Amino acid sequence: MTQSDQSHPSPVAGIIKRSLITLAIAIILFVPTLLLKTQAGGGSEPLYLLYRWQFFTIGSGLVLVWRIGYELWSWNKAHQHRTRKADTKPAPVDHNLGRFVGPLFLVAAIVMPFMPFADRYILDIGILIITYVMLGWGLQIVVGLAGLLDLGYVAFYAVGAYSYALLAEHFGFGFWICLPLAGIFAATWGVILGFPVLRLRGDYLAIVTLAFGEIIRVVLLNWRDFTGGSNGLSNIPRPSFFGIPFNNGPDGFAATFGLEYSTLQRLIFLYFLILALAILTFYVSSRLRKLPMGRAWEALREDEIACRSLGMNTIMTKLSAFAIGAMFGGFAGSFFAAKQAFISPESFNFMESATILAIVVLGGMSSQLGVVFSSIVMVGGIEALRQLQFLKSIFGQDFDPSQLRLLLFGLAMVLVMLWRPRGLFSTRTPTVFFREKKSVSASMISQGRG
Amino acid sequence: MTTPLLSVQGLTMRFGGLIAVDSVTFDVRANDITAIIGPNGAGKTTAFNCITGFYKPSSGSVTLNHPSGVTHHLEKMEDHRISRDAKVARTFQNIRLFGGMTVLENLMIAQHNMLMRASMFSIAGVFGLPSYRRAEREAMDKAMAWLERIGIADKADEPAAALPYGQQRKLEIVRALCTDPVLLCLDEPAAGLNPKESEELGSLLRRIRDEFHVGILLIEHDMSVVMEISDHIVVLDYGRKISDGIPAEVRADPAVIKAYLGVDA
Repeated sequence: MTQSDQSHPSPVAGIIKRSLITLAIAIILFVPTLLLKTQAGGGSEPLYLLYRWQFFTIGSGLVLVWRIGYELWSWNKAHQHRTRKADTKPAPVDHNLGRFVGPLFLVAAIVMPFMPFADRYILDIGILIITYVMLGWGLQIVVGLAGLLDLGYVAFYAVGAYSYALLAEHFGFGFWICLPLAGIFAATWGVILGFPVLRLRGDYLAIVTLAFGEIIRVVLLNWRDFTGGSNGLSNIPRPSFFGIPFNNGPDGFAATFGLEYSTLQRLIFLYFLILALAILTFYVSSRLRKLPMGRAWEALREDEIACRSLGMNTIMTKLSAFAIGAMFGGFAGSFFAAKQAFISPESFNFMESATILAIVVLGGMSSQLGVVFSSIVMVGGIEALRQLQFLKSIFGQDFDPSQLRLLLFGLAMVLVMLWRPRGLFSTRTPTVFFREKKSVSASMISQGRG
Repeated sequence: MTTPLLSVQGLTMRFGGLIAVDSVTFDVRANDITAIIGPNGAGKTTAFNCITGFYKPSSGSVTLNHPSGVTHHLEKMEDHRISRDAKVARTFQNIRLFGGMTVLENLMIAQHNMLMRASMFSIAGVFGLPSYRRAEREAMDKAMAWLERIGIADKADEPAAALPYGQQRKLEIVRALCTDPVLLCLDEPAAGLNPKESEELGSLLRRIRDEFHVGILLIEHDMSVVMEISDHIVVLDYGRKISDGIPAEVRADPAVIKAYLGVDA
C-alpha cells in the first residue's frame, strides 16, 4: 500500500497539462464560432468581420474552469476509491422517490392554474409540458416496455389531430365523440405500422418507423382536397364544457356558473382536460404494466425467442404495444387540434418524434416519473431560456438566449449519456413480488434489440 | 405397446445442400427420460428445433399424442402454438431467461396464456376484477411451489440475471414446467454445471418424470448424466440415427463406440 502511494506522482502536472490541451481545443473551436462573426454592412464594406472578444473569453474561460473542476472531481473520486475499497452500493431510491414525488407533482399540477401567477403564458407552457408528458408515457409503452424503437411516433399524434379536425368538419362531431374515435383510428394505424415491421429489429425497425412518420406527414401535405395541404385545417371547433361553450353569451360557461367572463377560463379547462388525459394514460399504462399484457411486453424486450418457447403469441403482443402506444398518441393529437383550432403538417415533423423519444430516453426507459422530469426540463427548460434576459447585460443586446436551445438540448443529452446512460431513473420496479419489492438495476435490464 | 407420447418419423432438415438431419425416426414415451446424444455437429439441436417448431422440417412428421387423446402434428404448427396447444415446453442451450425481470416474474410469464384469459385480455385486469386477482394469486402459488422444489424460493424477488449459473439452469427448467407441458425438451441442461449440480439436476428430472408425469426429451453431452438418468437413448451421427435403445444396449453398440472414438470396436 505504502509503495503504491509513493509510486503515484503528483497529479498536479497531469491536471495542468490536460486542462491546457482542453483549453487549446476550445480556442480552436471558438475562434470561428464565438469570436468571429460576419456582419452585413452598407457602404464601402458590404461584409465585415466582427470580433466578439467577450463571448470568446467567457466561453474559453468556462471550458477551462469546467476541465479543472472535472479533473479535481475525478481525482478526488479515484482517491476516495483507493482509500476505501469496500464502499457500499448506492441505495436504489428511485421507486421510493416516486412514491412521494409523484403525488407532489400531481398536487402541484392541480393547484397551479389557481395560483396568482398563472397567466395565459404559464398555462400555455403547462399545457405543452403535460402534452409531452402524455406523449412520453404513450411512447414509453412501445420503446421502454416492449423495446421497439419507434422513430415515427408523431404520426399517431397527427392521425389523432386530423381525425378530430376532419370528423368535426365533415360530420359536425363534438370533441367528446371524436376523442375515442381519434384513439381508435390512431390504434388502427399503429397496427397497420406494426404488421410490416413485425420481423424487423433494431436499426431496421427504427428506419421503417421513421419512414412511416414521414409518409403520414407527406400524405397530409399533398392530399390537398382532403387535408388542406400545407394550409392546414383551421376553424376546428373548440371543446365545450360538456355542451356549455366558453363564450361571452348568455349560455356561456361564465354566465351559467355565475362567473365573470374571462378568456382564461377556456385555457384552464383545456389545462385540466390534458391533465385528465395524461392521468388516464398514466393509470392505464401503469395498470397494464402489472397485467399479463404488460409483462409480456417487457418479456418481449428481454428475449423474444424465450417468449415464443413459452407459448406467447409475440405477433399479438407486439401489435398490442404498437396499438396502445399509438392510441394515447391519438388522444393527445385530438387534444392538440382542439386546443390550437388550427393544424398543419408542419406541427408533425420529425423533430417532434425526436423530442418525444428524447424525453423517454432521458427520463429512463421504464420510469414514468422520469418522463415527467425530462418533459419539464426539455419543454419547460427551453421556454425558461426565453426568460433569461439578464444574460443580455453580459453578452450584449443582440444575444438571444432561446437560440441556445439546440445547443443545450445536445449538451443535456451528452451529460445524461455520460452519467446516467440508461436515463435519469433507470431502475425497474418488478410487477409482482413475493416478499419485498426490490428494484432491478439497469445493468441487468435488456434494452431490447427491436 | 401403448402409443408413444412423441413420434418422430423420417425427420429431415436441409439447409441448402447440407443435410443436418437425415430421416431420423424415434419415439418418446410418456414417463420416460429420452436422451439424444451424438458427437458435435451430429444434428441434435437441429432435430430438437424441428420438434419444438423453431425450424420447419424439410420433410418427415412429428406427432404428439396428448394423453387426453388429441393428436398434434407439430411439423405444421408455429412455435408458440406448440407450447400453448400441444404442451411441449423447451429450454435453450444458452440460457434464455428474462434477465431484467425477477425470478417470480419469469415464472409468471410462463403462465401468460392462462393469465391473459383470466384478465380477459386485460379488460378485467385494468378494472381489477376479483376473478383476475384470484387467477394471479394461483399463478403465484404455482410459481412459488416450483421455486421451493428447486430450493430458491428465497430468491423469488431477485432479478433472474443475478442468480448463479446453476440456479439459472434450474430456473429455466421450472419456467418451462410452469406452462404445464406433457413433454419437456431440454437442450444440454447439464452444460456448465459442476458434478454436484449435475447430480441435483438428475434427481430433479427424475422427480419431474415420476411425480408430475411429464415426458422428458433431452440433449446431453455429459455421459455420466445421460447414462444415469435416461430410460432410452437415441444416438445421432452426421444427421443419421445410428443407435436407439436402453443405456446398456447403446453403450455396448459398436456403431456408437465407433462414432465417439473413431475406431472399430
